[in-house]
Amino acid sequence: MKIIVLVKQVPDTWGERSLDSATGALDRSAPDNIIDEISDRSLEVALRHKDETGAEVIVLTMGPASAAVALRHCLAMGADSAVHVLDDALAGADVTWTSSVLAAAITHEGFDMVIAGNESTDGRGGVIPAMVAEHLSVPHLTSLSEVHIAVDVVNGSRETDYGTLTVTARLPAIVSVTEQSPDARFPSFKGLLKAKKKPLATLSLSDLSINPETSFGSTGRSTITTVTRRPARTAGIKIVDSGNAGVELAEFLAAGRFV
Amino acid sequence: MSTALTLIEVSPSGEIRGSAKMLLAAATRLGTPVAVLSTTPGDHSEHVKQLGDLGAHHVFIAESTQTDSLLATPAVESLAAAFSHFETSAAVLVTNSVEGREIAGRLAVRIGGGLTIDAIDITLVNDRVVARNSVFGGAFDVESSIHGGPAVITLRQGSIDEEVTAHTPDLITITLSLTSVAAATITSRTEAPTDSGRPDLRGAATVVSGGRGVGSKEDFLLVEQLADALGAAVGASRAAVDAGYITHSLQVGQTGTIVSPQLYIALGISGAIQHLAGMQTAKVIVAVNKDPDAPIFDFTDFGIVGDIFTVIPQTIEALHRFRH
Ligand SMILES: Cc1cc2nc3c(=O)[nH]c(=O)nc-3n(C[C@H](O)[C@H](O)[C@H](O)COP(=O)(O)OP(=O)(O)OC[C@H]3O[C@@H](n4cnc5c(N)ncnc54)[C@H](O)[C@@H]3O)c2cc1C
Ligand SMILES: Cc1cc2nc3c(=O)[nH]c(=O)nc-3n(C[C@H](O)[C@H](O)[C@H](O)COP(=O)(O)OP(=O)(O)OC[C@H]3O[C@@H](n4cnc5c(N)ncnc54)[C@H](O)[C@@H]3O)c2cc1C
Repeated sequence: MKIIVLVKQVPDTWGERSLDSATGALDRSAPDNIIDEISDRSLEVALRHKDETGAEVIVLTMGPASAAVALRHCLAMGADSAVHVLDDALAGADVTWTSSVLAAAITHEGFDMVIAGNESTDGRGGVIPAMVAEHLSVPHLTSLSEVHIAVDVVNGSRETDYGTLTVTARLPAIVSVTEQSPDARFPSFKGLLKAKKKPLATLSLSDLSINPETSFGSTGRSTITTVTRRPARTAGIKIVDSGNAGVELAEFLAAGRFV
Repeated sequence: MSTALTLIEVSPSGEIRGSAKMLLAAATRLGTPVAVLSTTPGDHSEHVKQLGDLGAHHVFIAESTQTDSLLATPAVESLAAAFSHFETSAAVLVTNSVEGREIAGRLAVRIGGGLTIDAIDITLVNDRVVARNSVFGGAFDVESSIHGGPAVITLRQGSIDEEVTAHTPDLITITLSLTSVAAATITSRTEAPTDSGRPDLRGAATVVSGGRGVGSKEDFLLVEQLADALGAAVGASRAAVDAGYITHSLQVGQTGTIVSPQLYIALGISGAIQHLAGMQTAKVIVAVNKDPDAPIFDFTDFGIVGDIFTVIPQTIEALHRFRH
């Protein structure tokens, strides 16, 4: 079985994230970029299946040159090979572009199953897996807290705002996992050494036969027109409990008409 | 005038969900509002009347016996059918939920639409749909305009609340064929218990959250008691969820729910940046933490350095006294 894992590099949430107020683009120079935690977990799901069955695991990202670091990390964790879609024309790509480029790269590689994160920690769109599935005309089974992969079918439990569903589909299909799925393994020293020799292919848009003008010219796009930063919060009253703070809190709440 | 389509959510027991009011009010701002209902065959006259009362000019019902057993795709097919029926649709509005986003995503690919996710406001400016988003946990407000194709938008729940005039809508009913669609099958369904008697976390005016400092599942009762004394929703940090004190659906933060209540009370929560991303736009923030240097205190309007197990029981008792 051939599994493609979609991984994304994002600004480290431990740093302050910023938007460029002129273009609305993510300021990628400001914080450190790291592999998204949910991408690590997605890869873990694939690697567990590989451990059991010897499936082939390919990691795929679309992103700037620096995203290769995330791919090397995935290879060290145990992925067999990596694909990096890298093209200057993709700067500022929205979900429409991102999903069609990822779908083209997936088709280029061939697949039985795709595993993605339910949502990234920067865009938080939570739409890429379903959009890629539409491009590929395959089912999506998304937001799974648990995944079971068999020879030609995948099933799992899906968390929604209204409860839990169990879902199933024949392969090929796209799955996305939530942060309830298991923690990812750390790359071993041996893994790090091996990673250097594993294949990492870089594809441009023309390698995928995509010409942005003709491929995207007729679809709708969303363009950011203004960006405003909310004023920062300032700290207010702070008291140290000396026996009566609980009552003072109740009084504060009553004064604010929260009672 | 062009039409604006809305995807009406129906619960498994057949009731129209509360999001319909917001979607139809938003659609009225953009064009002639159309309610699209993806459902199993049956008598829908009550639904049609209800949707008319919420402002729908047309009700488009797409029926299939498989609607409840396939994931998301029936709604995508219903919207796509409505989109080709009303040749003039400029916008499609869907609730921003796990399923709503995916429906919107697949539909946008299908009809060549421009997609905006989790909008908190929309308007029509010179015939273009302009959406407002709040990103990075509310640190930034972003406005975007959609062009070059129909606008497909998911709207944050509770973001638009206005009254619109009732109508007697026309009804279009079609039968969907779902035999050849690529969709996952739903094999079972457990509805989330909604009868805690507490308000929904997402839209609650007051939220009381507990973190790792609460210490155990049993002691989380303290968080619930304060919430009940204030008529508040209960929330939690990821550390509290990971420790099994409470279910994941109540996690507040970057990878949980984003809330913006009038009052947010954090008990035994340190104030990690990923937690702040989910609550820092609350109007008033209160925290109780025994560490005077906890980062949460940089964001609080009222901070107490103290032990939650001595402070909060006292607060609950005082609140009861005030009431009488
Ligand atoms: C603050 C902010 C707001 C934005 N708002 C919008 C908007 O409203 N509309 C819009 O069109 N664009 C928006 N964008 C751009 C959007 O984030 C990117 O287009 C992004 O490529 C895909 O969306 P996502 O991160 O939300 O993905 P999600 O759908 O949340 O990602 C889910 C999963 O898809 C996979 N995936 C996503 N991107 C990639 C990738 N590049 N390579 C490999 N796998 C990937 C990963 O497995 C990931 O875990 C926004 C960006 C930011 C930073
Ligand atoms: C990609 C990513 C996404 C994340 N998403 C989220 C998210 O959505 N939501 C989220 O919350 N976190 C998220 N986190 C985790 C986040 O980084 C923190 O680990 C988490 O918020 C910590 O929770 P906490 O404050 O409850 O625990 P801690 O940081 O351990 O804090 C516990 C606090 O309780 C105090 N305390 C202990 N006992 C008492 C007592 N008796 N009385 C008073 N105070 C007491 C301590 O002083 C301490 O400050 C995410 C992390 C990552 C990497």
